[in-house]
Amino acid sequence: MTTLPPPSAKKLGLVIDLDTCVGCHACVVSCKGWNTENYGAPLSDQNAYSGAASGTFLNRVHSYEVQPPILKDKPAAPAQLIHFPKSCLHCEDAPCVTVCPTGASYKRVEDGIVLVNEKDCIGCGLCAWACPYGARELDEKAGVMKKCTLCVDRIYNENLPEEDRQPACVRTCPSGARHFGDLGDETSDVSILVAERGGFDLMPEQGTKPTNKYLPPRPKDVEPEYDILAPYLEPVAEDGKGFVGWLDKALSALPGGAK
Amino acid sequence: MHPAPSVIIFTTFSGLGYGLLFWLGIGMPAPTGWVAFAFFAIAYIMAVGGLLASTFHLGHPERALKAFSQWRSSWLSREGICAVATLLIMAIYGAGLVFLDTAWTVLGWLGAIGALLTVFTTSMIYAQLKTVPRWKHWTTPALFLILSISGGALFSGNVKIAIPLFIIAAALQAFAWFHGDGRFNASGTTIESATGLGHIGKVRAFEPPHTGTNYLMKEFIHVVGRRHATQLRIVALVLGFVIPIILLLLGAKHVLGLLAVVSHVAGILALRWLFFAQAEHVVGLYYGKR
Repeated sequence: MTTLPPPSAKKLGLVIDLDTCVGCHACVVSCKGWNTENYGAPLSDQNAYSGAASGTFLNRVHSYEVQPPILKDKPAAPAQLIHFPKSCLHCEDAPCVTVCPTGASYKRVEDGIVLVNEKDCIGCGLCAWACPYGARELDEKAGVMKKCTLCVDRIYNENLPEEDRQPACVRTCPSGARHFGDLGDETSDVSILVAERGGFDLMPEQGTKPTNKYLPPRPKDVEPEYDILAPYLEPVAEDGKGFVGWLDKALSALPGGAK
Repeated sequence: MHPAPSVIIFTTFSGLGYGLLFWLGIGMPAPTGWVAFAFFAIAYIMAVGGLLASTFHLGHPERALKAFSQWRSSWLSREGICAVATLLIMAIYGAGLVFLDTAWTVLGWLGAIGALLTVFTTSMIYAQLKTVPRWKHWTTPALFLILSISGGALFSGNVKIAIPLFIIAAALQAFAWFHGDGRFNASGTTIESATGLGHIGKVRAFEPPHTGTNYLMKEFIHVVGRRHATQLRIVALVLGFVIPIILLLLGAKHVLGLLAVVSHVAGILALRWLFFAQAEHVVGLYYGKR
């Protein structure tokens, strides 16, 4: 049934730290790898070895330049480059679920994960139209809608060592910018992180109540720029002595030589 | 939004087909025998042809029957049910007219209501989308309904009703365009709210996530062709309404009537193309585009 269940107590989701993400795209690659080899239809590529390659991804990293406002009495602060991973936010009021005509899209009662039953999907694309975040992509080869499963086949998988029972993107992130946990539990690590760092929703005005939260970049230092080592460096010799001094004079004496 | 031919053909011809079924259902006109057969054949070719066209863009059309199951929440599911129910009801009503020279009035009215509901549910597929501010407005269902009823009036030969309906439809379309142009900005969704980085400063998309294109960009970001939107709007209004009205005023006999129909259909196709091509999805903001 594509009517939404009442909000679950358990709300599994991600917390993404925009301060520490370095934009390496390792999460993109590990996501594509795990989700191509495991649950559901593989994530296909089209013309992968041409100039016009495209493909299905459940997680993509954008990069934004943010220019702080130029104030009258201060020099302009430098623009910041912020890397921005984006995948399904597993919204509480998921508009993608209610528009589905077949019941293929659903939100799990027990933990709030939004999934697609690929056997029921007719590939009409309306759920992707309803999602403001671009979290759903129709796989061109399989003809069904693909989206982040929060690695539902990892997080409950008792065949995996315990440290691997988290989404592939979280497990692989080398800078610790991605965190996985229960955002419905106020005492969980992720909930504390969100509270302490001022985690926010994307497009709150769309009314989707996303589960995933983003942590803002920390304010940049305003220290004046100076070189710590400069005072200790030998000054560069202005006039040479010995052979170099003679060479300098001799070359300067030639027609057109530098004085 | 990508103006896919399948959805343009679907909304245009199904709209006209169900519009014609509406007038046939309320008995304006109520022909019998071969004339009734011709009217119903035209209506069914347009309505069913449009519905079939809409299945062309499905990834798995063979599973289409499953789309009738989620009427509790999904406008697309409701539309499917209304569309098929109306076709079945009107088939029985039409059979009565064609073979038995009998008009089962109650059945006809039921079919007429079904035809309007079908067009309304179609329009709500678009009007429900908060992600496309241009569509999320009362003018979307109002326009779909008036275009369907006025086009149906033309096809059913209700000339005296078609002319004022065309004037209302043209005025409403002009208002919808004028008002719709500002709705994306009025929606409050910006690249700053999309990224949540507005508290630092002005946000600019610096690097896309990939060098090529993707499904989202192909489906939701359509920039080419918007350039000529103003000219196309004028073309759509002239072809869709002005020329048909003049031809109908000159006397809607065979050749002129046919010309009015051809001109009207071309105009509706143009304004449906604009309906999709000019609609901007908020996901484009993540790519620094609209």
